[in-house]
Amino acid sequence: MEKNEQSAAQAETVIRVENLTCTYGQDLIIDDISFEVKRGEIFIILGGSGCGKTTLLKHMIGLYPPKAGRVLIGGRDFVSAQGRERQDILRHFGVMYQSGALFGSMNLLENVRLPLEEFTSLPGEAMDLVARMKLSLVGLADYSGHMPSEISGGMRKRAAIARALALDPEILFLDEPSAGLDPVTSAGLDDLIKELNASLKMTFVIVTHELPSIFAIADRVIMLDKGVKKIVAQGDPRELREKSENPLVRRFFLREPDHPAQKGPRQEGQ
Amino acid sequence: MSSTTPHPQETPPDAARPKTAVQATPGPGGVRLTLSGLLETEVLGPVWTQALAAARTAPGPDVEVEAREVLCLDGAGAALILRLRQVAEARGGRFSLTGLSPDLARMVDIFDPAAVAPLPPAAPLSFGQRLRVDIEDMGVWTVRLLAAWAGHIAFTGEMTAALFQALLHPRRVRWKDVLVAAEKTGVNSLPIVGLIGFLMGLIMSFQSAVTLKRFGGEVFIPNGLGLLCFRELSALITAILLAGRSGSAFAAEIGTMKVNEEVDALTTMGLNPVRFLVGPKIMATLAVMPIMCLFFDFFCLIGGAVVMLSLGFPLATYTSRVFASTSFTDFWGGMVKAMVFAILVAGVGCRRGLGTGEGASAVGDSTTSAVVLGIILVAVADGVFAVLFFYLGL
Repeated sequence: MEKNEQSAAQAETVIRVENLTCTYGQDLIIDDISFEVKRGEIFIILGGSGCGKTTLLKHMIGLYPPKAGRVLIGGRDFVSAQGRERQDILRHFGVMYQSGALFGSMNLLENVRLPLEEFTSLPGEAMDLVARMKLSLVGLADYSGHMPSEISGGMRKRAAIARALALDPEILFLDEPSAGLDPVTSAGLDDLIKELNASLKMTFVIVTHELPSIFAIADRVIMLDKGVKKIVAQGDPRELREKSENPLVRRFFLREPDHPAQKGPRQEGQ
Repeated sequence: MSSTTPHPQETPPDAARPKTAVQATPGPGGVRLTLSGLLETEVLGPVWTQALAAARTAPGPDVEVEAREVLCLDGAGAALILRLRQVAEARGGRFSLTGLSPDLARMVDIFDPAAVAPLPPAAPLSFGQRLRVDIEDMGVWTVRLLAAWAGHIAFTGEMTAALFQALLHPRRVRWKDVLVAAEKTGVNSLPIVGLIGFLMGLIMSFQSAVTLKRFGGEVFIPNGLGLLCFRELSALITAILLAGRSGSAFAAEIGTMKVNEEVDALTTMGLNPVRFLVGPKIMATLAVMPIMCLFFDFFCLIGGAVVMLSLGFPLATYTSRVFASTSFTDFWGGMVKAMVFAILVAGVGCRRGLGTGEGASAVGDSTTSAVVLGIILVAVADGVFAVLFFYLGL
């Protein structure tokens, strides 16, 4: 709480999304939404499956061009940026994809080293050391020689975070970091995110629908809904759970089904 | 200076950026390094080299780092400080770091130096140990080779069983898959088969014409072309095209399914992947291969006809000489060969696909080896057929 007030008072905006509309083919996924992410906060995009969380994230990191609206990162328009400017903006953030997206033909050290090799003039031993430090930060120091196929799903996600950290970005985008992980690994990942946020003062934008994670790490959340295709709630998740007027939001946080359980054999999902 | 943070954005723009530098002065028992400016990934390269060189060549082992003028520091900067500590400690000296603002010191402290300690160099092996390693390697390779052969034999068996099952229970065959595979393998390949056939006929007739002209024997071109085309070329070239077009596609498709655990899903559903995936592909290939060969023959003969017509021979002479010089034995011999090649190429493609390891590059590896092995097997089988036909007097 205390941190929240402090950051709200003084922090600058690092990402500003203005009137963003996203479509997927003919389908409207997100309809005219705007929000801001402040420096140093853990910002979570949440919502039920299929509500466009990942789509929104992919628009924010510039993978998909939006139908309308702007995404400003560090005050610069990312949607219209081309060439050098776009490269510059790209250097400000790192991304962890849902499945890790580590390069299968390289071991973990080489995966983390790749951005260093491509974008810096550090000597070889420096790149090795930086890469090993990033791996040690996510607890994978002993696995630097392993191939992605030889480690577990949770380790792959952590290695992907290490790779995203390689160039010390200010912002880290994480797409469903704890999906498919056991509670212990998932809690470990939450701790890692909090630790990176505290010690490196890194800004996090996280897409997730894991309630325990949300309550453990979020400074602020926005919730999207499939029906209205807009932000239906934003703020502190604990307050939303207690005080939100919107039944959609309360159901989400209280983990209630959106229709009462049916008696007799279920008709759907067969 | 006290308002520094580790964020590059809050530092002055490029022109006004303070220079990153290191100054080495002799210190008590070693070297004193004064670091200043931005210790950041992008600009650290030259400073890293200078600082490490100074620390390594200092007269004494101690390294004292003075960091009062460091404005900003990221992972690479922290790595430099860790490395200087490692160098000092490796030489038996002491390391000290002074003047770093507490904000920046946290950046260094979150890394555990023990976790990134330099790896000990591998101890050189003695002659006996090396010999042992080599012999072990040989054993490992032998076992792998035998296992691979066992796999091939088992696969051949399973494939045969799948084909016989298809004969016994034709209603259980997934004919839709067979038709799709037949379209992709056969119908879609007809343009390239026709093109290559035409060019082969054209080129061979033309080259024979150059030689035979010296003896006034251009009229014999159709005799040679017909025999070569029916007996040898149609089966061989079509099989090589099949390996390049479809053997590779089978390996890539099944390989990707393997990587995505789709093959595992079939297995746990109780469906035999060989029957389910391989069977339809082999059947489709067997069905379309004769058509592909006929197509090749046809266009090869057209290519030859173009050359003969341009040399001034009437078409009737050409066709009558082609068919006079070839018999049905030649034709059926070629067809039998083609069917065997088809099984070899399609089988190897599917087998390689099922043997795919993990990851995207594994799919590439199986595709490559499917094509290479397919072509090698076709060449070897062609040699075997040549010997066989010779002894059978065909």
